[in-house]
Amino acid sequence: MESQNYNYAIVRSFVTWSVIWGLVAVLVGVIVSFQMIDPDLNFPPYLTFGRLRPIHTNAGIYGWGVGVIFATFFYIVQRLCKVPLWSDKLAKFQLWFFNATIIASAVTLLMGYTTSKEYHEMEWPIDVMIIILWVAFAINIIMTIFKRKDEQMYISLWYMMAAIIGVAILFVTNSAAVPVSLFKSYSAYAGTNDANVHWWFGHNAVAMALTAPPLAMFYYFLPKSTGVPIYSHRLSIVAFWSLIFMYLWTGAHHLLWTPVPDWIQTLAMGFSIMLIAPSWGSVFNGYLSMNGQWHQMRENYLVKYLILGITFYGLQTLQGPMQAIRTFSAFIHYTDWVPAHIHMGTMGWVSMIAFASIYFLVPRIYGREVYSIPLANLQFWLILIGQLIWSISLWVAGVLQAGMWNAMNPDGSLTYTFMETMVEMYPYWWARAFGGLVYLLGLIIFIYNLYMTATKDNTTTAQIATAEGRA
Amino acid sequence: MWEKKPVLLLVLATAAILVGTIITMVLPFAWVNTEADRIEGVIPYTALQQEGRDIYIRDGCNNCHSQTVRPLVSDVLRYGEYSKSGEFVYDRPFLWGSKRTGPDLARLGGKYPDAWHYKHMESPRSMVPKTNMPSYGWLSENPLDPQMIQRKMETLGFPYTTAEIKALEDKNEMDAIVAYMQKLGSDIPWRESAKTEIVGDLVNPYTDVDHGTMEPWEELYQQNCAACHGAHMEGEIGPELVGEDYDDEILFEIIYTGIEDNGMPSFSSLGTDKVWKLVNFIRYYRQDENH
Repeated sequence: MESQNYNYAIVRSFVTWSVIWGLVAVLVGVIVSFQMIDPDLNFPPYLTFGRLRPIHTNAGIYGWGVGVIFATFFYIVQRLCKVPLWSDKLAKFQLWFFNATIIASAVTLLMGYTTSKEYHEMEWPIDVMIIILWVAFAINIIMTIFKRKDEQMYISLWYMMAAIIGVAILFVTNSAAVPVSLFKSYSAYAGTNDANVHWWFGHNAVAMALTAPPLAMFYYFLPKSTGVPIYSHRLSIVAFWSLIFMYLWTGAHHLLWTPVPDWIQTLAMGFSIMLIAPSWGSVFNGYLSMNGQWHQMRENYLVKYLILGITFYGLQTLQGPMQAIRTFSAFIHYTDWVPAHIHMGTMGWVSMIAFASIYFLVPRIYGREVYSIPLANLQFWLILIGQLIWSISLWVAGVLQAGMWNAMNPDGSLTYTFMETMVEMYPYWWARAFGGLVYLLGLIIFIYNLYMTATKDNTTTAQIATAEGRA
Repeated sequence: MWEKKPVLLLVLATAAILVGTIITMVLPFAWVNTEADRIEGVIPYTALQQEGRDIYIRDGCNNCHSQTVRPLVSDVLRYGEYSKSGEFVYDRPFLWGSKRTGPDLARLGGKYPDAWHYKHMESPRSMVPKTNMPSYGWLSENPLDPQMIQRKMETLGFPYTTAEIKALEDKNEMDAIVAYMQKLGSDIPWRESAKTEIVGDLVNPYTDVDHGTMEPWEELYQQNCAACHGAHMEGEIGPELVGEDYDDEILFEIIYTGIEDNGMPSFSSLGTDKVWKLVNFIRYYRQDENH
């Protein structure tokens, strides 16, 4: 069996490390959610909300998100190309360099070495490390694709290649800075230009790191889990090209009503609404692939994760464009509504797909059945409920605060001072922290399940490995 | 056909990504931060202000505070004149933020006297009882590094004098961040033009109100005035209010429009009704020895 040559060791390692960084991200998230409720939980200078929040977001994006991308892409690319990884050594280097980069990021952010640019806070030496990391990854994936045995490239490979290119262009452009010292630099762009470049990066990092790769996973793991192919190949082609074309126009919807030129804002608003089409192209393709298979939602926990994941993607890509409309943005921007939106995407869409992918991989990379399916089901409900508590409480909070910010007296003065609106947030912040704890519990169960699968060596299942003979 | 040719796919994907990129990200450089954007009076940060800005960045203040006032009624009433592109030409990086857990700071400069900021940074809850802002009093224990700051000014190409750098030796991080707070949004003389003008005669609507009715208005005083004038009007950052005697109309004007030169902010955003209540409460309080 050719699968013997596949490098599964590297997949195992990346699964392990991505999950560890995912735990860090969620843990820090829970900590900062309590810091928002009680300022006495800030311990300066290092353990303050201002320094920990970037560690939460970057551990989530780069540690958990990108870690899962590395794990799943290394698996998928070998299976779809029907050849082993181009270079095992390069992959090994990438693994250790990845961990070194994440640790260096966390330490420097704690020290206060930050550029302040959201989701790109790390200072220039770490930017260099991330670029090296991405180049190593890109070379390995693309070279493996070059020597593939199947001429036809499956949908997942398109998304992978687009993501590799997209992240490279975005990250390098937004990194441009003039160093003052090893840990301090000033952006190469100033003021309004800097804002526009940054949110072009910020929004499309979501596209190229947290949309295209999970879609690559979804398009691979859904048919693998259900045993039936994707509903429409043509639809996936249309959705792919329109998605990667349209996304790049939309960054300025983060900057509506700011000094960024109006026409850029208008283009961003228009393209954001158009983006519903390619996003929902993939959602429909997923749903229609379930034709005659809906009973699997009951029987197959992987399908449950994947379909809920793509459902949150669908909701996310409806809510996002709504927020990108000027009038709605005027009302809701800067409130807690926005983090609620982001967390539906990260906790619901991206992480649901990531959990499903890892549950699919684990039996194949360890050669054993998943330790406990009931635990996997319990985890499903915990992360679903945790995320819903999180997002719904802050949507309500956001609408409440926006309403209070805009409330006016008959004489044209403001009804509420800022502080009167802020104190109303406390109950919702408590609810959010509770939602985070429920989610954390789900994640701990996930890790326990993985740990038991990896270490408990009974129930070896040779049939799993061999049944995967088809691509 | 592209589905079988990875190089072609990579090229096409790059092209697809670059179209929107060039139009909405590269092209704007042609007219943002150009001569057309320039605003008279917008000047670079001083060494102390720039260091304050870097401390603001280091401690992630931008995670809770935005720095752009939108041209929307509620934003302009609450924070002041809406932000213009030309005001940010010296900002590397931009600090517009994306979340207002705390209020927007784009027009903070000159709103309060320095003493307000020192006290607020040291102990936010002593001024705003229910705020979730952590204390930053520890900043005053950290001295500045004049040589490093000089290097920063050189990198940024901002003008500075050696005397200015020398003076930093006696300053700490708290001085720097307060200097930065006071610079925010104050390069353009917006306060002068945004001043609310009172037209017509001022008539106190509450002259006949008894003390029982005024009692609940203390809440307004505690929320808006106590931080500077003390919980019992004994004064601290602002003057004591007991003993001073003004006409109702003058007191109204002071609260409503503020006194720019001595750090009294305008409270016109509260609306005339609440300001009248404050006027009457302060007067009543002054006359009542039992407090």
